[in-house]
Amino acid sequence: MASPNDLQFQEFDEAADLLSADPEATTLSVSVTSTRAGGEDVKLDLTDEEEGEEESSELLGGQKSQGGFWTFEYYESLFNVDTVQVLDRVKGSVLPLPGRNFIKHYLRSNPDLYGPFWICVTLVFSVAISGNLSMFLTQMGNPAFHYRPQFHRVTIAAVIIFMYAWLVPVALWGFLTWRQSADRQVKGYSFLETVCVYGYSLFIYIPTSILWIIPFEWLRWMLILVAMVISGSVLVLTFWPAVRDEAKLIAVATVVAILLLHTLLAVGCKMYFFHSATSIPPPAAAATVSTLTTKQH
Amino acid sequence: MALNRPFAGLSDVSIPEDIPVEGDISVPMGANKRDDEYSTLDEPVKETILRDLRAVGNKFIHVLYPKRSSALLRDWDLWGPLLLCVTLALLLQGGAADSDDQGGPQFAEVFVVIWFGSIIITLNSKLLGGTISFFQSLCVLGYCILPLTVAMIVCRIVLVGGSGTVSFVVRLLVVTASFGWSTFASTAFLADSQPSNRKALVVYPVFLFYFIISWIILTFSKNTSFL
Repeated sequence: MASPNDLQFQEFDEAADLLSADPEATTLSVSVTSTRAGGEDVKLDLTDEEEGEEESSELLGGQKSQGGFWTFEYYESLFNVDTVQVLDRVKGSVLPLPGRNFIKHYLRSNPDLYGPFWICVTLVFSVAISGNLSMFLTQMGNPAFHYRPQFHRVTIAAVIIFMYAWLVPVALWGFLTWRQSADRQVKGYSFLETVCVYGYSLFIYIPTSILWIIPFEWLRWMLILVAMVISGSVLVLTFWPAVRDEAKLIAVATVVAILLLHTLLAVGCKMYFFHSATSIPPPAAAATVSTLTTKQH
Repeated sequence: MALNRPFAGLSDVSIPEDIPVEGDISVPMGANKRDDEYSTLDEPVKETILRDLRAVGNKFIHVLYPKRSSALLRDWDLWGPLLLCVTLALLLQGGAADSDDQGGPQFAEVFVVIWFGSIIITLNSKLLGGTISFFQSLCVLGYCILPLTVAMIVCRIVLVGGSGTVSFVVRLLVVTASFGWSTFASTAFLADSQPSNRKALVVYPVFLFYFIISWIILTFSKNTSFL
């Protein structure tokens, strides 16, 4: 121990001394993640992650604005993420590991709207553009084919994807909140966390839709299967702990409903945007396209 | 001289009452000139228009040679973006699909994409904690469409010559180059206003925005009956 006349900091030495004296002691490491003007975010990183200790990490979550949802500050608190955090969450949505609940592990009470929004926008355009490109590639050798950009598909894709990414979480959150009993150990998920999970789970479809340009049917079905498994497992791993206290029937039915809607979205997008060469074009097409179909039959 | 009676020597000056007091009062030239500079109401219309056009043209030059200058940010205006947006939307008309709805974007769609896209990107960068103001950001994003508009003009000229593979390759190169130029120019202006750990989060939507506009330009194909 230093003498009182010695004005040096001794804190780090003490901690190291204590640890060397008792190596088996549990340690807490405090990491300051982001510093904004006027405040600091301090997130506790617990070294042993058991389910029982998740509540304390929720208590010390990120900054939540106290303003109502009509103030700008409220939405600013929803964009309180760094590049590294967003990339980390995206990685978590692509590599679902069993036991890693997306909300508990990656969101940690700091849901953001940046990820879901921009992933949805990117997905809308990637599906529309890839669909257009795949149509072009399948019809490329055909001299009667006249290329069209099909810009109206962007509108349709936007409506479908945004409705899925926002209405389904609303329904699911409403259902879970309604079913949540007062003595539940695990706190229910907030609305923003549900939206966040759904948004990030759609990320895997972006590279899938780009790879769908390759015009082999078996490859497309394989890709869609892989994407649905990964994306679906992220959702199941997240929502299973919330429903497993329910009656078995309701729990299973909820999970099946989640997966079914997800499948519907994927397959629906594939069928609509990525016609195979022998599919019938919509009846509003011009004369050149109808000669195309007569040629193929 | 007595201090309590400073004008004592003037007490015997008298002014006859039958001589009228008249004369000219002239104010020094400096005050008048200052007034004239701030009042643009009396200047000829040509000068007003030319001043705005010169400001717009000056900003075009700043976009074409992007350096980290604050001229675009300091004197923002939305005339340039409006001009570019209307030009681009007009050039995208007469495409392969005016007749049926399987085709390219209509005039209103281009407008909506550009303006709503800019507004959403500006909101995004403000929500992420950017220090740039709303209209400054709109100004920068709008002005950086200039390379893409130039690419559109080049594409239409190339399409006059034909729409085979060679013309497609040329158009692809031109559009890709101008897309890179636009993105680079806008990030040169916008990047400084963001905290450093969120720069990529702000740059990505700008990249997506210009990518979509480039895609619209690249897929423009002329109807053979239209000229």
